[in-house]
Amino acid sequence: MQPQPADSAARSVIDIAKLSLTFETGDGPVHALSDIDLNIGAGEFVSFIGPSGCGKTTLLRVIADLEAPTGGTISVNGMSPHEARLARAYGYVFQAAALYPWRTIAENIALPLEIMGHSREDREERVRRNMELVDLDGFERKYPWQLSGGMQQRASIARALSFDPDLLLMDEPFGALDEIVRDHLNEQLLKLWAKTDKTVVFVTHSIPEAVFLSTKIVVLCPRPGRIYDIIDNPLPRDRGLDIRETAEFLKVAHRVREGLRAGHSYDD
Amino acid sequence: MSPVTRILSTLALVVALMGSMLTVIETPIMTLGLFALPVLLVGVLLSILVLAPYRTGLLSGARACAALTGVSLLMAVALLGTVSTYPGAASHGFWAYVLVAWAMAWLSVEELSGLMPQSPLGQRLVALAIPLSFGVWLLILWQLAVVGFGVPRVLLPAPSEIWLRLLSSPQILWEDFRQTFLKAVLIGYALGCGSGFLVAILVDRVPFLRRGLLPIGNLVSALPIIGVAPIMVMWFGFDWPSKAAVVVIMTFFPMLVNTVTGLAAADRIQHDLMHTYAANYRQTLLKMRLPMAMPFIFNALKINSTLALIGAIVAEFFGTPIVGMGFRISTEVGRMNVDMVWASIAVAALAGSLFYGLVTLIERVVTFWHPSVRG
Amino acid sequence: MTEAGTFQTPSRSPFAGLMSGTAGPVIVVVAAIIAIWYLAAVLLNTPFQRDIYQRGGIENPPLAQLVADTLSQPRPVLPAPHQVAEEIWKTTAEKSITSKRSLVYHSGVTLSSTLLGFIIGTGLGIALAIGVVHSRVLDKSLMPWIISSQTIPILAIAPMIIVVLNAIGITGLLPKAMISTYLSFFPVTVGMVKGLRAPEAIQLDLMKTYSSSTAQTLWKLRLPSAMPYLFASMKVGVAASLVGAIVGELPTGAVAGLGARLLAGSYYGQTVQIWSALIVAAVLAAGLVSLIGLTERVVLQRMGMAR
Repeated sequence: MQPQPADSAARSVIDIAKLSLTFETGDGPVHALSDIDLNIGAGEFVSFIGPSGCGKTTLLRVIADLEAPTGGTISVNGMSPHEARLARAYGYVFQAAALYPWRTIAENIALPLEIMGHSREDREERVRRNMELVDLDGFERKYPWQLSGGMQQRASIARALSFDPDLLLMDEPFGALDEIVRDHLNEQLLKLWAKTDKTVVFVTHSIPEAVFLSTKIVVLCPRPGRIYDIIDNPLPRDRGLDIRETAEFLKVAHRVREGLRAGHSYDD
Repeated sequence: MSPVTRILSTLALVVALMGSMLTVIETPIMTLGLFALPVLLVGVLLSILVLAPYRTGLLSGARACAALTGVSLLMAVALLGTVSTYPGAASHGFWAYVLVAWAMAWLSVEELSGLMPQSPLGQRLVALAIPLSFGVWLLILWQLAVVGFGVPRVLLPAPSEIWLRLLSSPQILWEDFRQTFLKAVLIGYALGCGSGFLVAILVDRVPFLRRGLLPIGNLVSALPIIGVAPIMVMWFGFDWPSKAAVVVIMTFFPMLVNTVTGLAAADRIQHDLMHTYAANYRQTLLKMRLPMAMPFIFNALKINSTLALIGAIVAEFFGTPIVGMGFRISTEVGRMNVDMVWASIAVAALAGSLFYGLVTLIERVVTFWHPSVRG
Repeated sequence: MTEAGTFQTPSRSPFAGLMSGTAGPVIVVVAAIIAIWYLAAVLLNTPFQRDIYQRGGIENPPLAQLVADTLSQPRPVLPAPHQVAEEIWKTTAEKSITSKRSLVYHSGVTLSSTLLGFIIGTGLGIALAIGVVHSRVLDKSLMPWIISSQTIPILAIAPMIIVVLNAIGITGLLPKAMISTYLSFFPVTVGMVKGLRAPEAIQLDLMKTYSSSTAQTLWKLRLPSAMPYLFASMKVGVAASLVGAIVGELPTGAVAGLGARLLAGSYYGQTVQIWSALIVAAVLAAGLVSLIGLTERVVLQRMGMAR
């Protein structure tokens, strides 16, 4: 089941045109992002991949209104990122789980709901549903420090999903986990995406992860941070871990690697 | 067996064996050897019976620990009894046996700290027993030294005399405690910590003030604030309000500095998280920053519990009505009633540690999640 | 703090640059404190000044005169900053150092017992910490007492130590220094135990693979890693030493030292004298702490441990 171009064009979630972001530092300006053009349609799973310093995380932060662009235009759900944030349009998953140690897992997942003023019954119902979604049922009353790193990150995904945003922004969420746990979580994430049809934007520096998860892969390169290549992933939406052994998978991975190699300057 | 243990056990054994040739008690009218003191004699014989197999390694572990503790306590009782019968007349033999008893106590602690009980309860008991035995032996040696050498009472009273004083004048001590602790310390502590906390919350909202006040607050913590005591006595009179004022000033700055630092403890991801929820200032403060600051706030509460008591007592040196712990200490020193001074200090020490202990207990409940508590 | 992600744009105006650091805000806050001090001095001294006016039959004096008078009383409730500054100037620069009325002389008395006590206390603290780290018995029996003794108001026994030592003929510097020793010894011991245990297991294992002796491990690994802890606790210790020396001067019949000046001032209601002694004590404390801070920076820099 391929994503239909007409459909995604009709329901575009993120529109970025000529976007740039320059940091002023003591050593002169740093061009973190320059001349970014990108459209992300509803229901897509888009990965940003690139070496460190290419601006992939910065781009995600711009979408989330955690960073302000210095040029160009960007809209999220047809609004400015700032309005979108105030409208609680997206859930954000950070590199670290960032769960509060003084709250139980259930209370952590209820945190955004409390802030957004949901009723107690609604909170309990949503917490239950989302804990089931990430396979954490039974751990409601545990504290984060009693859980493994993988379980903590799952809880943080449940927290991001608890208020049911259409858009999920994930910044290297599995970067700190070992490969076995990571494979398992990747598989779970795909299932979750299929079940909820959210739009996901996913930052990673792992080629297999990007190819395995995405419908679209955006390759970025540094100095200045810019898009080098956008690859539409031809793999079927419904995929298992074995797909990583297929020739088609390796072909896409090869194209990503070529892009990363070409975009990277080895002058330093 | 560590080198220290080996040397100590050998020394104790040799001294216990040779000691019988020395005089234990020597006064102008009589001279007593070991054999004239039956309880002490039994103690020494048992010491040799325990030390010899211990030194050769036949006795070790929990049994050695129990035997050493038992015999060392028996020796302590015998020595205390002897010295109280003939105060100030202790001779070489006596001090030799004090050495033996102390060495056995040390060895028993050495064995005790080597024990690895399986149950958590056993571990806690061992962790408690070791410092307890140290404290008990400190008191025993203090008593033996003071009575044995016949140290004049004005210089250093024996623990037994301080204990008698504690028992004989509870009324005075209670009045002092009420004046100094229940009024000056507690009220000053509550006001000082409370205002430090509130000012910290205000300062935190204005980054300019925070940058300006934090270095000053840090500096003030190092200053001899206690010196404001005479001024407070002039402003607020002789009674407890002036002492409470000193306590307020002393406890204010540690609370201010710690709370401000604690409110800045949340890292960038935590702030970004609240930002993505579009949380307002109050929500961020209540749900994230205050819980995050709790370990820092309790640090200040603990520091302040000690400072408050010091402040109140020292402020009383500058003038009080005729009641209060600081007043008692300074006047009784003048009258050379040193046992009363020590009794007051004992009360102050007990009050101070209980206060601190209470704050620590609350801290453990509130910050149960912090690595230093849960670990 | 909240916008840690965004870089600060360097501003053109040097004034704005000053205000974004700490120096500017500190200066402003200090200025504000002095202003509040003046205001408080006027307010607190007004009732007494009004009494004087009433007795002198002056009715409704102009505000300017009231303010000027409240700031120049000989024994005010709260002396104005400039009165304190004047007093300090008079008792330091204009008096010979040997004079009993010179604050330099009194500061010297307090400083010498502070330093003597601090040096002995630090030495003792380091020695005890080395013992605690290497002996299981000391660690398990003594450490709980050292930690819990921090909760005891040690300063309370200061007068007793002074009087008792005087009774057996020990007078002068030593009794006061003993109190300072006592007060500085605790933070140094606790800090050094922490510092000597600072090396990680991996670093200790490295020393073990060289089969180095306990002494070698101490010299080459434990002591260098303990340096930052030593300096941090020395800062606490020297401040405590000064407090100890000042409190130690209280019961000696107010002969010499900053504590004696405080006590004499409070006996005779000489508020200006109290405040000037207080300010000098504060300056002394700040000076001692920053001296250690400076040494810390130099030493850690030479050891390559500066942050």
